[in-house]
Amino acid sequence: MAGRKPVRWHIAVFLAPAVLVYTAMMIVPLFGTLNLSLYTSVDRISQFAGLDNFRTLFGDPRWADAFWNALGNNGWFFLIHMLVQNPIGIVLAALLSSPRLRMAAFYRTAIFIPTILSFVIVGFVWKLILSPIWGIAPGMLDFVGLKSLFAPWLGKEEYALTALALVSVWQFVGIPMMLIYAALLSIPDEVLEAAEMDGITGMSQFWKIKLPLILPSIGIISILTFVGNFNAFDLIYVSQGALAGPDFATDILGTFLYRTFFGFQLQLGDPHMGATIATAMFGIILVGVCFYLFAIQTRLRRYQF
Amino acid sequence: MTMKTLRVALLTSTLLAGAAQAADVTLTIESWRNDDLTIWQDKIIPAFEAANPGIKVVFAPSAPAEYNAVLNSKLDAGSAGDLITCRPFDASLELFTKGKLADLTDLPGMANFSSVAKSGWSTDDGKQTFCVPMASVIHGFIYNKDAFKALGIEVPTTEAEFFAALDKIKADGTYIPMAMGTNDQWEAATMGYNNIGPNYWKGEEGRLALIAGTQKLTDPQWVAPFAQLAKWKDYLGDGFEAQTYPDSQNLFTLGRAAIYPAGSWEISGFRTQAGFEMGAFPPPVAAAGDTCYISDHTDIGIGLNAASANAEAGKTFLNWVASPEFAKLYANALPGFFPLSNEPVALEDPLAQEFMSWRTKCQSSIRSTYQILSRGTPNLENETWNASAAVIKGTETPEAAAARLQEGLASWYEPQK
Repeated sequence: MAGRKPVRWHIAVFLAPAVLVYTAMMIVPLFGTLNLSLYTSVDRISQFAGLDNFRTLFGDPRWADAFWNALGNNGWFFLIHMLVQNPIGIVLAALLSSPRLRMAAFYRTAIFIPTILSFVIVGFVWKLILSPIWGIAPGMLDFVGLKSLFAPWLGKEEYALTALALVSVWQFVGIPMMLIYAALLSIPDEVLEAAEMDGITGMSQFWKIKLPLILPSIGIISILTFVGNFNAFDLIYVSQGALAGPDFATDILGTFLYRTFFGFQLQLGDPHMGATIATAMFGIILVGVCFYLFAIQTRLRRYQF
Repeated sequence: MTMKTLRVALLTSTLLAGAAQAADVTLTIESWRNDDLTIWQDKIIPAFEAANPGIKVVFAPSAPAEYNAVLNSKLDAGSAGDLITCRPFDASLELFTKGKLADLTDLPGMANFSSVAKSGWSTDDGKQTFCVPMASVIHGFIYNKDAFKALGIEVPTTEAEFFAALDKIKADGTYIPMAMGTNDQWEAATMGYNNIGPNYWKGEEGRLALIAGTQKLTDPQWVAPFAQLAKWKDYLGDGFEAQTYPDSQNLFTLGRAAIYPAGSWEISGFRTQAGFEMGAFPPPVAAAGDTCYISDHTDIGIGLNAASANAEAGKTFLNWVASPEFAKLYANALPGFFPLSNEPVALEDPLAQEFMSWRTKCQSSIRSTYQILSRGTPNLENETWNASAAVIKGTETPEAAAARLQEGLASWYEPQK
């Protein structure tokens, strides 16, 4: 016969600061944006427009072309990260966790350092490195006799986005490396010793024992990459400007949103269409995250040690 | 040590605040020209304050790229300064129609300006003006005099001479013929298309006809500038596709390039950077003896915040800005930004004087895309950047680029439908 449970005020009190800050900084602006996208301004008066803005964004060929171009570029940006950044991160982590590697702490730090650099510095430095006029890239290629391979990559439609994606990979490869490294370290020695007893060593130990154990971490990294890439903006803006040249080849949803929302040069900002794009981005990311949470994460097998 | 610094800082700020309160009126100027901060503080503001005791002026600029966004939010929040530096055309017109900028039509000093000078800050019908025109920038080509002398090249006046000169520089190989890149896109449109274009579309005549809908961007006089830009490709440096605006400036001031398609705002920067003699020539005309047209683009104005508590003092300041005294001060402090007042002003900088002398022998016009035509989506100015860069790179033909621009403009602009 338990009596009435005392009201546990302390829970609310301890949660309050975080809830208040999160509500003020995230939830309210988020709903503000969603709300803004449902209005349009006619002669400077805000009017409820229902889903008209979305109809314009997806129906009007000019808006739709720009949107699909940006989404396609974003997809490619994400694909490069998934195919290059994460596998390299895993390989680096596997190498770092090898007990025979010397100076592991040095490598770990050196590879992680770009991550803490500002986008502005990274964008600027790489622009200089790749510059056909002052850059060291043409000189270095010349030194090994491959000058003919050099092209003004950031200025060519066909290479610019890939080049920037690889710059971003260079900057952020430290993050998957660190997360996987931590996951690899948490594998108990008994498991590995048991594997050795069974004659599973070297590469096959990695594939058969370690990789399944770090799969949940790889999942988390994939979803972080996905969210980060679809919210990306800074690197493109810093290196190619808001018009995301050449010829919109590097235009991603973030730069498209920026141009529309805040305006650019003579183009006046349109908060309503901007909010519409922001809502579409939110929807894309939400769908992606939900797909991961419900379709993939629930099927990942977890091991308790 | 830190305690002491803190105390001094506190004391200083108290004193400063006291000083500010003691003054009768303080006017704050919002601007994007943070490069000009010292000129305002050392030359312009002291001159005004000496003539008008009781009014203090503070110049408070923000970064150029953020100015429009920052200003709009400050005006909405009611925290903007008394005087607003005005971008030309729609950005300021929008502020005026929203009631954020005061009507200055009746300001006595406005009489010193022509209607073309005021066009950047007037309503479409030209009846109301809301900013005092401060300065314009003129387009043309700046060249390396030493290079021209060494190669024996005369300053070109016609298109044929221009390309002959470029060919000669290219054949010699010491210099890159022309310093321009397409990475940032806007140079291709601003220093390319709108620089050489007025000669083909006959300045104001073509620009106003385009607004009226009697000419189209696919007409020969609007395609011709693209056709010339397409020929520039061969004279630009290696890897110009990834060459940025500062790259081009540096290539020229380091003496590695002979010709620089320019805007006059470059003059003061080039003066400090370049170690050689510079000259300038206006966009070459098609045949010798043709009337030349230049882009003399209204660029900076200054207006009054409609919500300002110091409107009277603000108007005193604006009247002073409209005076020849200000024009002389400003034009000489910032060679390359030319005063728009009717009163002629003598400039000390020979290069700036050269640019300004074209006003007397050529017809002035402003950039074709700025008035009215960049109001809709797609934005004609931004599309022109893109098209000009594509034409120079050779990824789009002049005709295709013009057709694309016309199609975009016609999609929302009634007179062009």
